Amino acid sequence: MTLKVGDKRDQTVIENISRTHIVKYAGTSGDYNPLHHDDSFAQMVGYPTVFAHGMLSMGLTGRMLTDWLGPVALRKYGVRFTKQVFPGDTLTAHGEVTDVTEDGDKKLATIRVWTTNQKDETVIEGEAVAAID
Amino acid sequence: MAEKTFTFPVDRTAIMLFARSVLDIRPEFTDPDAPETKALGGMVAPPTFTWASSHYEPDYALDLTRPRKEPRQSAPSMAGGGGGLGRGLHGEQHYEYFHPIYAGDELTVTIGPGETWTKEGRRGGKLTFSEQIYDYTNQDGVLCVRARMIGVQTEKAVEQ
Repeated sequence: MTLKVGDKRDQTVIENISRTHIVKYAGTSGDYNPLHHDDSFAQMVGYPTVFAHGMLSMGLTGRMLTDWLGPVALRKYGVRFTKQVFPGDTLTAHGEVTDVTEDGDKKLATIRVWTTNQKDETVIEGEAVAAID
Repeated sequence: MAEKTFTFPVDRTAIMLFARSVLDIRPEFTDPDAPETKALGGMVAPPTFTWASSHYEPDYALDLTRPRKEPRQSAPSMAGGGGGLGRGLHGEQHYEYFHPIYAGDELTVTIGPGETWTKEGRRGGKLTFSEQIYDYTNQDGVLCVRARMIGVQTEKAVEQ
């Protein structure tokens, strides 16, 4: 795959995320923290409702990267979780190539990665590095 | 946290279910018979799949419902904010990928401690950060994935 600095991708990765979907992720990941499925628990500790696992947002965002780069191209992928994702949110993942380096016969692209909700608030931000040749 | 080691057998159903849950259902993650999958030498795991190793992690803190030898309550106690579950947030997650994880792999997972530090936060009071390093090594002794998790304990719920 050929990538150059400045190449971009924007992809809506989930629309109107449901409590059911969050529960599904709890099941597959094994992360049953009640903050993510039990409204009364979430409210007891001060949140308006349950919210999605940060790792669900990271996983959904990963799909933008695998659609773009292929299933095994990633060399690094890291994010910071900056805002909670609540039921009803729609997430759009963004990627932008910031650097391309050649290391011998290997070519690596560094990609800024961030995901926004329907209010254009950033919910995760970070970076990925992918082998592109 | 002391170092913890356990085995994580990777089966194709777990990969498929995880791929569905993150809506990343390309053939290499869901269909062992697809030509794309065969070209890779088998079904592989999506980028964040290793998070599911929690199913095999002894004494995993975020599943109070897991069956145990001693009876215990399955709901977090109201006293103490649910035993800390309500105050612990996932701050950052970083992966390094060295080799694909295939369906059928027997991964050895080693969890070791990293750095710990504190910071005054604007939205959640005093914040305590702690790092854990997860290494996922396959049955051939090849390190496939290294994950660095940064957890945050807040003094109060993060303001929205």
